[in-house]
Amino acid sequence: MADAASATSGHGEELEDPGRRDFIHIAAIAATVGGAAAIAWPLIDQMNPSADTLALSSIEYDLSKVPLGQQVTVLWRKQPLFVRHRTPKEIAEAANADLGRLRDPQPDSARVKPGKAEWLIVVGVCTHLGCTPAFGEGEYNGWLCHCHGSVYDTSGRIRGGPAPKNLEVPDYAFLTDTRVKVG
Amino acid sequence: MSGPSTYEPKTALERWLDQRLPILRFNAELMDFPTPKNLNYWWTFGAILAFCLITQIATGVVLAMHYNASAGGAFNSVEHIMRDVNYGWLIRYIHANGASMFFLAVYIHTFRGIYYGSFKAPREVLWLIGCLIYLTMMATAFMGYVLPWGQMSFWGAKVITNLFSAIPLVGPAITTWLWGGFAVDAPTLNRFYSLHYLLPFVIAGLVGLHIWALHVPGNSNPVGVNVKSKSDTVPFHPYYTVKDGFAISVFVILFAVFVFYMPEALGHSDNYIPANPIVTPPHIVPEWYFLPYYAILRAIPNKLMGVAALGGAIACIFALPWLDTSKVRSMRYRPQAKIYFVFFVLACLVLGVCGAHEVDDQIISGLAGFPLGDANINSYVWLSRIGALYYFIYFLVITPMLGLRETPLPVPESISTPVLSHPAAAPAGATAAPEKKG
Repeated sequence: MADAASATSGHGEELEDPGRRDFIHIAAIAATVGGAAAIAWPLIDQMNPSADTLALSSIEYDLSKVPLGQQVTVLWRKQPLFVRHRTPKEIAEAANADLGRLRDPQPDSARVKPGKAEWLIVVGVCTHLGCTPAFGEGEYNGWLCHCHGSVYDTSGRIRGGPAPKNLEVPDYAFLTDTRVKVG
Repeated sequence: MSGPSTYEPKTALERWLDQRLPILRFNAELMDFPTPKNLNYWWTFGAILAFCLITQIATGVVLAMHYNASAGGAFNSVEHIMRDVNYGWLIRYIHANGASMFFLAVYIHTFRGIYYGSFKAPREVLWLIGCLIYLTMMATAFMGYVLPWGQMSFWGAKVITNLFSAIPLVGPAITTWLWGGFAVDAPTLNRFYSLHYLLPFVIAGLVGLHIWALHVPGNSNPVGVNVKSKSDTVPFHPYYTVKDGFAISVFVILFAVFVFYMPEALGHSDNYIPANPIVTPPHIVPEWYFLPYYAILRAIPNKLMGVAALGGAIACIFALPWLDTSKVRSMRYRPQAKIYFVFFVLACLVLGVCGAHEVDDQIISGLAGFPLGDANINSYVWLSRIGALYYFIYFLVITPMLGLRETPLPVPESISTPVLSHPAAAPAGATAAPEKKG
């Protein structure tokens, strides 16, 4: 600093050199902005899910507890999970739906495990604004969300109302014929 | 503030302080502030709002001494406040109903600004700061409503935070970030409490800017013409301190009626059921002051468009100074604008009623109606669509077009003219009414 100061004070033309001045300004501003961003990120990211929230374990569930034509709501990752034991009529309705008329086209077979079409497991969170849809209601006897009127069919696919997507199918696997592991 | 100060320190102590921190001078200038002499009672809502903010902060700080911001303890601590804390019921009812009173006053204040053209040049920045205050109030009220951690708190939080999930691409990430998890949960409650405590002070800061921006051009007034001479104004104190004080007293009577006689009238009994993440209450509605926006959201059967309309409805208020093309400030001299304005207020009220009902509810019960598009014509969906349509047409079509096409009545030359020429003030036999001559 002392060198630079004596050098510029000794030579008037260097004092006027705009390139050197600009460089110092740009470097100082860049360092400040970079530093501010570096310290801002921890302050923003602290609001994202913490390690213990992310570590929420998967759950196992015994399907034999669900009678035919009924559903059980289980809590999974702090969200309701619908486990539905579908009747043959409900499965047929879901399988025969005209895919071309669906908002979020997906065949019923892609939403259940092969050979296990009687079991439908979906996250019970309306894809509109997150309410829990009511079982067995609505035009398609799937679910009806009372908050804003979204209608889901017996495959949990969106059929009417404001929701954009089908009810989410979580990752799950059959451990035995009647036992599933979700997550 | 404006003009040279007339403040004279009277004692040695005041002189000493004035040279170091001229706070008494500042206060004297605020009190002396030249204010149009024709302000009516619609202009008292600024002071009423200041009263509301102070009330909310004072009661809120006290409630925070007893509240426990944990998912396990929040609901019980609110019951503890209601049953065990000395005067806890009173303080909480003042705080809860105070929020409603705050919004009631802010809506009247805003409608007054729209009717009398208070947002027009040179008061655009004043208007924008006011809009920011309103936005911050909405965030504060929403987060405050979540704190008791009842069913309405929980599901209200879920629905409102899910609004952000409609944003393409980054929406779900934003929602998760707001929640601090995969659903509304303990971290969400904690951070909402932190922000609910912070934001009122942000509002207080914005109010400071709002008053600063007010004191540059001075108050607008019911006639809408600028102050032309000193004879058009009176000092703020004692003229408007007294008028505002009287208005606050009347307002407090209404406030007290709610607090003491109907403290739960504006609330929902569902919120006395502890939050349950599995069961959505059958009839979920926001607080009354959000109902018009809620109706706009539900009027559109598409998630992204519904949320966009909700945001757009608020954006329209911000944009008003640039949407209104009329040179005449006050609607008192704009007979056509007056009619459209009445319908606008009506549309807001109708939207509020729609928001309180379920979408499929019949407006006229028993009348079968007929299906139109995706819903029955005799349902609140269609009524809220009509209301929402008028809301947007008012801002985006009527307001810009009317200013170019209408023929306003002649505007008085000064604030004093209509007062002095009023039949009551004029000598007997005189029929001076300049606003009717054109």
